[in-house]
Amino acid sequence: MTVATSATTPARPVDRRPPALGGFSAAVLGIEIRRVLRNRRTLMFTLIMPAVFFLLFGLPQRGQELPNGQPVTAWIMISLAVYAAMVATTSAGAAVATERALGWSRQLRLTPLRPAAYVATKVVTAMVLGLLGVLVEFAVGAAAGVRIPADVWLVAGLAAWLGSLVFAAFGLFVGYLAPAENVMQFMGPVLAILAMFGGLFVPLELLPHAFQQIAKFTPVYGVGQLARAPLTGAGLDWVALGNLAGWTAVFGLGAARLFRRDTTRV
Amino acid sequence: MTDISPAVELAGLTKTFGPVTAVDGLSLRVEPGEVVAFLGPNGAGKTTTVDMLLGLARPDAGTVRVFGGPPSDAVRLGRVAAVMQTGGLLKDLTVAETVRLAAHFHAQPRPVAEVLERAGIADIADRPVGKCSGGEQQRLRFALALLPDPDLMVLDEPTTGMDVEGRRDFWQAIRADARNGRTIILATHYLDEADAYADRIVLVRQGRVVADGTTAEIKNLAAGRIVRATLPGADQAALAVLPGVQAVEVRGDAVLVRTDDSDTVARHLLTRTAARDLEITSRNLEDAFLALTTGTLTADPAPIGA
Repeated sequence: MTVATSATTPARPVDRRPPALGGFSAAVLGIEIRRVLRNRRTLMFTLIMPAVFFLLFGLPQRGQELPNGQPVTAWIMISLAVYAAMVATTSAGAAVATERALGWSRQLRLTPLRPAAYVATKVVTAMVLGLLGVLVEFAVGAAAGVRIPADVWLVAGLAAWLGSLVFAAFGLFVGYLAPAENVMQFMGPVLAILAMFGGLFVPLELLPHAFQQIAKFTPVYGVGQLARAPLTGAGLDWVALGNLAGWTAVFGLGAARLFRRDTTRV
Repeated sequence: MTDISPAVELAGLTKTFGPVTAVDGLSLRVEPGEVVAFLGPNGAGKTTTVDMLLGLARPDAGTVRVFGGPPSDAVRLGRVAAVMQTGGLLKDLTVAETVRLAAHFHAQPRPVAEVLERAGIADIADRPVGKCSGGEQQRLRFALALLPDPDLMVLDEPTTGMDVEGRRDFWQAIRADARNGRTIILATHYLDEADAYADRIVLVRQGRVVADGTTAEIKNLAAGRIVRATLPGADQAALAVLPGVQAVEVRGDAVLVRTDDSDTVARHLLTRTAARDLEITSRNLEDAFLALTTGTLTADPAPIGA
């Protein structure tokens, strides 16, 4: 009799256990990345727009050279790669704002997924999208005739990409600050202004002195300088490094604090 | 070890929001396998209680045990799942993608196809969530709750805002799933849902349990009648001792008597007192529910199940 019953009802798992790694998995990551890539808006702003900027503002500079003989187009390409990566990582991080506004994070609290695993997924997704932003910009640059040494491609690319971690933290920070579905609509202009201060659109040397001094304390300055250093041969810039470390700490700790408030708010 | 613990044990649960006491010293014990309706009007504290039961809110006082442990452990092990009133879904995913994503959050999920089937949404698996009706989204939430094959399923006002058809389809899915062994707690303000679905009804009002019994016991509340008459200065004590009288209430010049034996009360009032304008009305389950949950005609706060 008991055999017949257990055959008709699903066997109850007796050895219940929580998921490994708090629910963080390659499968979830894959789904998250596919979600991001399916969002036309994100692709527009992170992949297409920076590439179009290069074709509009970079190509006319063809033939111009930096003081050390490297092409100006490479300078612009690397700057726009930083811009692409920062928009990508910010928007991926800020996705938590949308998911909080929709109530999805509340739904997640009824599953075994740990909040830390959720945030880790968002950060890795942001970095994958950031890498894509850098690669697309470099591919467009290379296709348009930018020629620089292989080690410059590599080091500048890595600096632009890894430096964009500060914006993944920034995105999360904003995401936990403002649970709004359309958070990127006001983040877009903010990022553009920050990019301006970071010297991504116009070299800071061409701007007024006061502007240059303020720029050193804004969050894009460090990444921009570090990513272009391999090209300009500027060497290790301690001001830029300090800027990057400082802002990463500010946004990282800020996001962590808001995240903790969000998950313990019961 | 955990299997001998009650499914849910709430003791002296209290939660206040500013000056409002949403839950006021509520205690409740639910044994494994029970199907319990948590019934009360809006604002009775049902959702706040459910939030504390699931670990989404922390009680100001009192304790919550789910299968003998804190709710967070039960959630992490997949022993408890819930379909909440709120709790959003990602609009950019399809129904099946949502279930597939959530399946990865569990250590031993049921197969996605099985869960979709049991929730009655296999036919809309490829529909974007943003294009699903409220009822379909609720069945999707139910599918998500089925993933861990939970020992306890909590449903908080699951059909609020659904049209008649949506409610019917949702309950069809729930009934089809009802199987031996799963404990179910259903918070609702729909009497018919509690009546149709639960074995036991817990009536709550102002954050307290006012009645707790089997559905049949609660229905017995409906057996009585109300005798109403105009009688200035009525002697409540004399009326209360008449056979069958459950409660006596005086409202201005009127007296209301809740009784199993309306004839005796009527005879008494008309022959021994100056009562006039006498009315006898029978009560139904709806009246009992209203009486217990809104405070009219409750001589004693917990008359049932005691």
